[in-house]
Amino acid sequence: MKFIDEFRDGRVAERVARAIQAEASSGRSYHIMEFCGGHTHAIARYGLPDLLPDAIRLVHGPGCPVCVLPVGRIDTAIALARDFGVILCTYADLMRVPGSNRQSLLAAKAQGADVVMVYSARDALAVAKAHPHREVVFFAIGFETTTPPTAAAILEAQREGLTNFSVACNHVLTPSAIQSLLDSPEVRAVGSVRIDGFIGPSHVSTIIGSRPYEFFAEEYEKPVVIAGFEPLDVLQAIWMLVRQINEGRCTVENQFARAVTREGNRKAQGLVQEVFELARIFEWRGLGDVPYSALRIQGRYGRFDAERRFGYACKRVPDHKGCECGAILRGVKQPQDCRLFGSACVPDNPMGSCMVSSEGACAAHYTYGRYRRGVAIAQRQAAGAS
Amino acid sequence: MNARVRRHARPLDLRRGLIDMNHGSGGRATTQLVEELFLKAFDNEWLRAMDDQARCELPPGRLVVATDAHVVSPLFFPGGDIGSLSVHGTINDVAMSGARPLYLTAGFIIEEGFALADLKRIVDSMGRAAREAQVAVVAGDTKVVERNKGDGVFITTTGVGVVDPALAIHAHKAQVGDRIVVSGSIGDHGVAIMSEREHLSFDTRILSDTAALHGLVAHMVRAVPDIHCLRDPTRGGLATALNEIADRSGVGMRIEESAIPVRPGVRAACEFLGLDPLYIANEGKLLAICPADKAAALLAAMRMHSLGAEAAIIGEVVSDPFHFVEMETAFGGTRMIDWLSGDPLPRIC
Repeated sequence: MKFIDEFRDGRVAERVARAIQAEASSGRSYHIMEFCGGHTHAIARYGLPDLLPDAIRLVHGPGCPVCVLPVGRIDTAIALARDFGVILCTYADLMRVPGSNRQSLLAAKAQGADVVMVYSARDALAVAKAHPHREVVFFAIGFETTTPPTAAAILEAQREGLTNFSVACNHVLTPSAIQSLLDSPEVRAVGSVRIDGFIGPSHVSTIIGSRPYEFFAEEYEKPVVIAGFEPLDVLQAIWMLVRQINEGRCTVENQFARAVTREGNRKAQGLVQEVFELARIFEWRGLGDVPYSALRIQGRYGRFDAERRFGYACKRVPDHKGCECGAILRGVKQPQDCRLFGSACVPDNPMGSCMVSSEGACAAHYTYGRYRRGVAIAQRQAAGAS
Repeated sequence: MNARVRRHARPLDLRRGLIDMNHGSGGRATTQLVEELFLKAFDNEWLRAMDDQARCELPPGRLVVATDAHVVSPLFFPGGDIGSLSVHGTINDVAMSGARPLYLTAGFIIEEGFALADLKRIVDSMGRAAREAQVAVVAGDTKVVERNKGDGVFITTTGVGVVDPALAIHAHKAQVGDRIVVSGSIGDHGVAIMSEREHLSFDTRILSDTAALHGLVAHMVRAVPDIHCLRDPTRGGLATALNEIADRSGVGMRIEESAIPVRPGVRAACEFLGLDPLYIANEGKLLAICPADKAAALLAAMRMHSLGAEAAIIGEVVSDPFHFVEMETAFGGTRMIDWLSGDPLPRIC
């Protein structure tokens, strides 16, 4: 397939892997965080760790849209569908994320709630048009990639005078999450998480551009290489990062130049600025309360804001006691460090959000078998099965 | 014949008519539906006898029975419909033992208000599929449920066939060293269905691969009688079928990504929907496991048949205490191919 196969060429991969091997033979180790779940997925799916020398350690970041939603927000989605009688439209991954009391949107649907899986904000708009006598809420989640389409849907709803459509906004911001990580005690003081550089987001950066990461390179002295989601993209980005680290440089480099510019997509940014404003505080799973890290709908579009319309408030609900999603999202722990991983928490019966989405670190580890490296996990799973 | 015509005041309105509760009452309306629709489409001596059962001759061999419920949505999709699917699906389940399917029964659960024109299209398609497969639909039943208590029409078919007792094709027979063969490109059916789903319509020229595979199977067992396993990888796709066999046989599997045939259109659709072709349903493909020294002969035999023209050896059975299925990626790494969990869900970004 054109424009895909070129980026999955095994022979080229071998050459890049050799270049990485040569570059990473300085005797030191390299701790590289891939911020995005899309990268986590590509790394696991194509078995990239098999191609990398031991000196390179990949640390998973929090860039998985469903993983970072706190339990309270999941409960809110379930309540909207079940108790407010709305048709709730959302992206597929969210359907299986467990909320409190083993509830999920999928379970609520089985109990009679109207939950519709959509592929885009416009699909939700189409549902609202098709059901003029029902309240339709689009439960919007995601980083900057999915934000402009939500803005466009709200603008279209206003243009067409729709009165039964609203958006429960849970859009979050990548730079805030990176800064929160870099400011966290584990990274700054304790030193339990070592991050030598970042593989920067792919799709997010097509919208916001590469400029927002310059701050991290300059102020925190962390090199950033923005990379595409194809396996060769990731390999090349790792090579570029190792080179920067070896040369003692801290700059933002753009491996994904075929889609990302320094300024990003101005038109999409304009849509977002028109409809949204910064929310003062937002609770993230794993990162806790992060100031100015999420968006809310501006007052002039308030009638499309489900929060204002239905007057709900998100409750704070602690994660399941044994679940390590929070620590995994901060890069403090690996999936196999969680005692639920592979035994009580499996993709068919997820206890935490990271086991649901294929972008989640736990699901990627479990599904694509990197966990086989830890024999204990495989034995635990075998014991659970027998 | 004339006496029958007089029983019904006017013939079924197969253009504009709708199914109503009377059609499932067991009374005259039911009889009319059977006579004017089902009997015409499936016409054979057993149905014409209008008994409550069919008495069939069986050639020598061991009896093979399989049953399958069909609830596909949408009912009509590129390359087929629920009618042809309900024939092919059950025939294939029977055929995966190496058997020759002979007879089918069909149970219809129809929703009140369903268009008779659509029902006729479906039943005609079933009749056509059965005739092409040389399998007779010898018994059936029709029930009508109230509006909103069904999804148009559900069809359950049961198939009966006969297998040579010398054949021993089972999911638990895979042995270390065996080769794994697929009969053609995977994922066509699932992608064709998804392209028509509500909220998800996209343009594709991919057609469902729905087909009866017993002709291909007959060809295969003639060439290589000691095939160890046969499976049609329907729901859950190739990945799930491989895991099932690995689990039952107590072995591992190692497959090669670059050897698995996937059409460009299926790859493209999976790419933008964030799905994996290995987990997408097929309705006209099979997976065979045979001794390594017979693999070339089996492959050659399959490629002689129109339904196996794109057959390929995709991997081998290995020893693994955890019964894992692993795939060497085209990229050079290795990944595990796990069981499907839940429904395949698209990714967000």
